[in-house]
Amino acid sequence: MKELVVLSGKGGTGKTTIAGCFAALARNKVLADCDVDAADLHLLLQPTDKHIEEFWSGQIAHIDERACTKCGLCQDQCRFDAIRNFKVSRFACEGCGFCSRICPVDAITMMDNMAGHWYISDTKYGPLVRARLGIAQENSGKLVALVRQQARKIAEDKGYSAVITDGPPGIGCPVISSLSGADLAMLVTEPTVSGAHDLERVIQVCRHFKVPAAVCINKFDINEKKALQIEEFCSNLGIHTAGKIPFDTAVNRAVANGVPPVEYGDGPAASAITNLWKNIEDQISPN
Amino acid sequence: MIISIASGKGGTGKTLMATSLAVSMRGREKVQLLDCDVEEPNDHLFLKPTITASEPVCIPVPKVDFARCTYCGLCAEVCAYKAIAVVPGSVLLFDQLCHGCGACSYLCPEGAISEEGRRMGVVESGNSGDIDFVQGRLTVGEAMAVPVIRRVKTKIKRNVLAILDVSPGTSCPVVEAIDNSDYCLLVTEPTPFGLHDLRLAVETVRQLGVPCGVIINRAVEGEMLADEYCIKEGIPVLLKIPLDMGIASMYSEGITLAEGKPQWQNAFVSVYDEIKRISHERTRCA
Repeated sequence: MKELVVLSGKGGTGKTTIAGCFAALARNKVLADCDVDAADLHLLLQPTDKHIEEFWSGQIAHIDERACTKCGLCQDQCRFDAIRNFKVSRFACEGCGFCSRICPVDAITMMDNMAGHWYISDTKYGPLVRARLGIAQENSGKLVALVRQQARKIAEDKGYSAVITDGPPGIGCPVISSLSGADLAMLVTEPTVSGAHDLERVIQVCRHFKVPAAVCINKFDINEKKALQIEEFCSNLGIHTAGKIPFDTAVNRAVANGVPPVEYGDGPAASAITNLWKNIEDQISPN
Repeated sequence: MIISIASGKGGTGKTLMATSLAVSMRGREKVQLLDCDVEEPNDHLFLKPTITASEPVCIPVPKVDFARCTYCGLCAEVCAYKAIAVVPGSVLLFDQLCHGCGACSYLCPEGAISEEGRRMGVVESGNSGDIDFVQGRLTVGEAMAVPVIRRVKTKIKRNVLAILDVSPGTSCPVVEAIDNSDYCLLVTEPTPFGLHDLRLAVETVRQLGVPCGVIINRAVEGEMLADEYCIKEGIPVLLKIPLDMGIASMYSEGITLAEGKPQWQNAFVSVYDEIKRISHERTRCA
């Protein structure tokens, strides 16, 4: 079983749109949405939820006001500045439990934290695993790991040959968690100064975790000169630009209708994405 | 006044709005721009600042004095992040998992654990003309953005207009950046993805108790998705910027709207004036 993860560094370059198209083009696969902060893939795949589960992760300190003597030790020692006026900020608390261990009157207990939900759903393209991290929660990396683990498990149990993952933006914890151990990272960029800058950083992350990468330049015709520069930059690093997708308002119409663009007619973007898929398909086919 | 610029969904135009607001306000207020998207900081591509100072961001991680360690295992037991494992005759440290809480060194009964800094990023300061500039940059391969963001925010000056460019999403880096802002500008686009993530962003800022307003970017005439949502939620739409290939192409070269199309400067100044008015009203009612 092979795993493809769609990443970008910069947000809004078209990860979800392209992952949604791959969902329609690939055969025999499980889909995973690892952008657990702001998951959007379901808006294209119209899933029916089969299984919903709570995600419990980490702890939050709780101070018993009646027992607290306001000695101030917890406030002095908390490195996260999470206790002010003997109240815990649930946003700042990182759940280390240090305060509860040093409180001289045992007024602080650590409470388990419900950090979100995860879902297994059916779509017309195959099973989808996705999640929703609670607002302002930590541990997105752990939830991402859980989503991937569940997707792989379904693939193994039911004999699917691939997992296609829509990844989060950035280069931090959820990205690392989406990427490590994958077979191919499809890096979606755009021909802008920001797109190029962020692509460079996410390429470095792929190298750090030794995951092979291929690049696609979305809306390349917004700035063809910059698109060529990106292609050249990638080629110097030995990274293949596997596709260049033109700006096409049919993409916006498809997304507005909740359909992957390759299923919404055969405009220039849809054909470019189909070609992109053909170019990388072999790399995630079973050996 | 601290204004943070966030979005939920990535790529809606946070960077363009943050830099354009900064450029439009220069000369009217003392402006400071702080790029809190430390995973992918982009404001520097638009403002091209001169960086004059650079300081590493380190978190304290444990260091064991094996002459004193008795391998009792308490440090591993108190570590909530599984960053320490004690096996007979050895202590294994997994620095990448350590949040730097300090529990192990404080609680070690033998005083065998000290702390040393582990570098996870850098904060750079400088200026772009009369705009004060600060950005954080997470080291590639590091997972935790929050300590870098926290350090960037220590650079916020008093009595300036501090503009914070926030990363996409709704989890801990976003919350760390927006917390304690006077106002949050949410940038969205009128697409199903944009609206879906705008809802999440609104929920986030509401939980933090920060008032918010919306900028609709790439607005298309007749497409009222975002407007209808904002009306329903009682959130002001402070600015609309049309879907325009000219703007897209300027953006691709790293030119702010305020510089590429100076006629937009007044619109950004009005956004600021409106935020100021809303903030005054809130303080008066409070």
